[in-house]
Amino acid sequence: MPLELFTVGEPIADTKAPTDVPIGERWSERKFRGRLVNPANRRKLTVIVVGTGLAGGSAAATLGEAGYKVKSFWYQDSPRRAHSVAAQGGINAAKNYRNDGDSVHRLFYDTVKGGDFRSRENNVHRLAEVSVNIIDQCVAQGVPFAREYGGLLDNRSFGGTQVSRTFYARGQTGQQLLYGAYQALERQIAAGTVEQNARTEMLDLIVVDGRARGIVARDLVSGEISTHFADAVVIASGGYGNVFYLSTNAKGSNTTAIWRAHKRGAYFANPCYTQIHPTCIPVKGDYQSKLTLMSESLRNDGRVWVPKERGDDRDPRDIPESDRDYYLERLYPSFGNLVPRDIASRQAKNVCDEGRGVGPGGLGVYLDFAEAIERLGRPAVEAKYGNLFDMYAQITGEDPYAVPMRIYPAVHYTMGGLWVDYDLQSTIPGMFVIGEANFSDHGANRLGASALMQGLADGYFVLPSTISSYLADGPFEKVDDSHPAAVEALTGVQEQVQRLLNINGNRTPASFHREVGQLMWDLCGMERTDEGLRKAIDRIQEIRQEFWTNLKVTGDWTSFNQTLEHAGRVADFIELAELMCIDALHRRESCGGHFRAESQTPEGEALRDDENFAYVAAWEWTPEGQPPVLHREDLEYEYVHLAQRSYK
Amino acid sequence: MNLTLRIWRQQGPTVKGKMVTYKITDISPDMSFLEMLDVLNEQLIMQGDDPVAFDHDCREGICGMCGVMINGQAHGPQQTTTCQLHMRSFADGDTIDIEPWRASAFPVIKDLAVDRRAFDRIIQAGGYISVPTGTAPEAHATPVPKADSDAAFDAATCIGCGACVAACPNASSMLFTAAKVTHLGLLPQGQPERNDRVVNMVAQQDREGFGGCTNIGECSAACPKGISMETISRLNHDLLGALRAGARPKS
Repeated sequence: MPLELFTVGEPIADTKAPTDVPIGERWSERKFRGRLVNPANRRKLTVIVVGTGLAGGSAAATLGEAGYKVKSFWYQDSPRRAHSVAAQGGINAAKNYRNDGDSVHRLFYDTVKGGDFRSRENNVHRLAEVSVNIIDQCVAQGVPFAREYGGLLDNRSFGGTQVSRTFYARGQTGQQLLYGAYQALERQIAAGTVEQNARTEMLDLIVVDGRARGIVARDLVSGEISTHFADAVVIASGGYGNVFYLSTNAKGSNTTAIWRAHKRGAYFANPCYTQIHPTCIPVKGDYQSKLTLMSESLRNDGRVWVPKERGDDRDPRDIPESDRDYYLERLYPSFGNLVPRDIASRQAKNVCDEGRGVGPGGLGVYLDFAEAIERLGRPAVEAKYGNLFDMYAQITGEDPYAVPMRIYPAVHYTMGGLWVDYDLQSTIPGMFVIGEANFSDHGANRLGASALMQGLADGYFVLPSTISSYLADGPFEKVDDSHPAAVEALTGVQEQVQRLLNINGNRTPASFHREVGQLMWDLCGMERTDEGLRKAIDRIQEIRQEFWTNLKVTGDWTSFNQTLEHAGRVADFIELAELMCIDALHRRESCGGHFRAESQTPEGEALRDDENFAYVAAWEWTPEGQPPVLHREDLEYEYVHLAQRSYK
Repeated sequence: MNLTLRIWRQQGPTVKGKMVTYKITDISPDMSFLEMLDVLNEQLIMQGDDPVAFDHDCREGICGMCGVMINGQAHGPQQTTTCQLHMRSFADGDTIDIEPWRASAFPVIKDLAVDRRAFDRIIQAGGYISVPTGTAPEAHATPVPKADSDAAFDAATCIGCGACVAACPNASSMLFTAAKVTHLGLLPQGQPERNDRVVNMVAQQDREGFGGCTNIGECSAACPKGISMETISRLNHDLLGALRAGARPKS
């Protein structure tokens, strides 16, 4: 690796987990050792929370309830629209309600293994412990989880596990959990503990004397750019999968909050870890603006196959069993269609690369319910998956009850994000990062139904406990908009929006976004090579140059201007894309959703290199023209032993 | 497909708006309605014109952010969200009228984007169960009959898009409020606050300037999630019961 792409800095250690006690006691011990804030003092402390998805919404509600003064920010009109609302399949919890051998330890084990040994044991164990409280909390809020006839909660299974530990609300689990958190948040808004800032986007972080003390935000309706101050800042702005342009993320999902915090000194960890979801509706045309995933739970009953022969373009219903290849069941007899997402995605790509893909362009595989409909009857299939089938029919114009669905992998979730310690604090004191915006719990691949678990674990239970240790030193010295750091941040944001408007070139923000996204999918997507990544880095630098000289944004910044919003986000995506490629290039191993063609087993599975890469790559921003600095945090596996993953 | 679009353009809440005609060509029937608007906006930006402002986010029918009147119907000719409406629902050569939600409680922000925060304030008035984090009992301690849970779920799927209000000749938000009252009122967890919830939420929707419900049913017919009119009956039943029991809205 040539030195000019990055330099290596001091290693970082996360020392906040009390490793002197067994793993099962560490979270309790951390809570005990942490300091508390007396209820009378909490109302003197202010916390900014950016984002109102499962993590941000639940955190703001909980902190407000606890008595802190909370300022909540979101870019949609209502917190109920945060993209957590779109999660379909479910939320994991180690309740062992099915008596099928589940336990906190097994959820912990499955998650560490599923993440291909690139997540922190301490964090994952805590996640598994807290999972049981999440279900209790949500049920008490009135989340209508699926139930058995006896009135107790139902469960189903998800990829990468052999137990049924996933709680669900038909195919709308994220929606129902989010509404629970949203309603809790609205209750606090009514109670006056949470101040609401709708349609407001964070555009910079204000750092005073090394501590995060506020944000610069733009009111998207009036255009006004203003400063907001607090004793601590919590970022819960979600993932950055939209760097690929086409993804399963909401169109507004972006990287701006975390990227600008990164530019203020927060390390960005494992940016190249992207989860590719195996069951999305395939791309249709070049006008397409987004991809829609079909819940992984469909793989409980649907069987994935392609024709055995390449070029077999018969109607799938006319292809006899003997001419079909149920490749997941053939390759992974223990887990079958329920292998983890990275493996299912990669095998789908492999069969399509072999020329056996189906549908337009050969980029698709069948997800077939014919056998399930025969075995269970159509009403039972409808009851379980009806809304997903309807959604598929609506988008494709095909009837999935009659013809097998066609699916293909798509960008879904980012496991990378801002680096945080065990307290979920970033490298900037006073700035905490929760949910998908941080990197900490999923390793190189996220198991299904774990994202909702992490969002709510962080927001309801982890952050509210750990942030008090920091706030116990507060309130900090008062800062207002006359402080030089605030003036500098505010002016910088104003200058940037004006600069975007002044270019007056010939290309729209969307055209740059599409171009950089396609490049990332081709060269930093499911499969990466040294050569491809170097090519991508060169090209991204050219795109960035062109962006700042040939962009066209109409209107002004003092009013509602959606093109300007998009332009600012694309500027950040372009910079992030380069860091993602550098991270992918330096990690010369395959792990999870990150497959380096140069590193594979004889069977074509991802081959990790634990000797050289069992670490978190935390990147430090450097001024333009300087290569980023890599800080390594070594990962230690005390309880789950490093092993080649096998789902055979 | 080649289409004529007549779109409501309005610079801001206090500026007078008008319909403006645009011609658009080479539209694929597989495009979503919003993708068709994306294509139009790319053209407008390149011409140096102001693109049409419209709200959208998830584009998979669940966030509830999108929503416009299409040929006078909320979300257009199919009972789905605008983002899930596809151009195959139209014919080559069609003229399509596109307008924002029409209700004084939803003021226009710009063009097709409206302010729906009144819905959040209705939720703030009581659309929740008061349960501080960490105080919940074990989930299996309270069994819920499956039929109740399923019916609660059906009501809970309301996405708050506002189509019910836009479709109603009275601009009533009754279906939205009723969906939440039904969701929480059907569950054992929702009982302690049931009376207060319904009176406070109904009082708030009146304060917001939504019209009264006269059981016309356009709301349910336009609802992309199929929330039924039965929820309104349930709300009325709860409201009467609550008032008889002495519940009064907080001022």
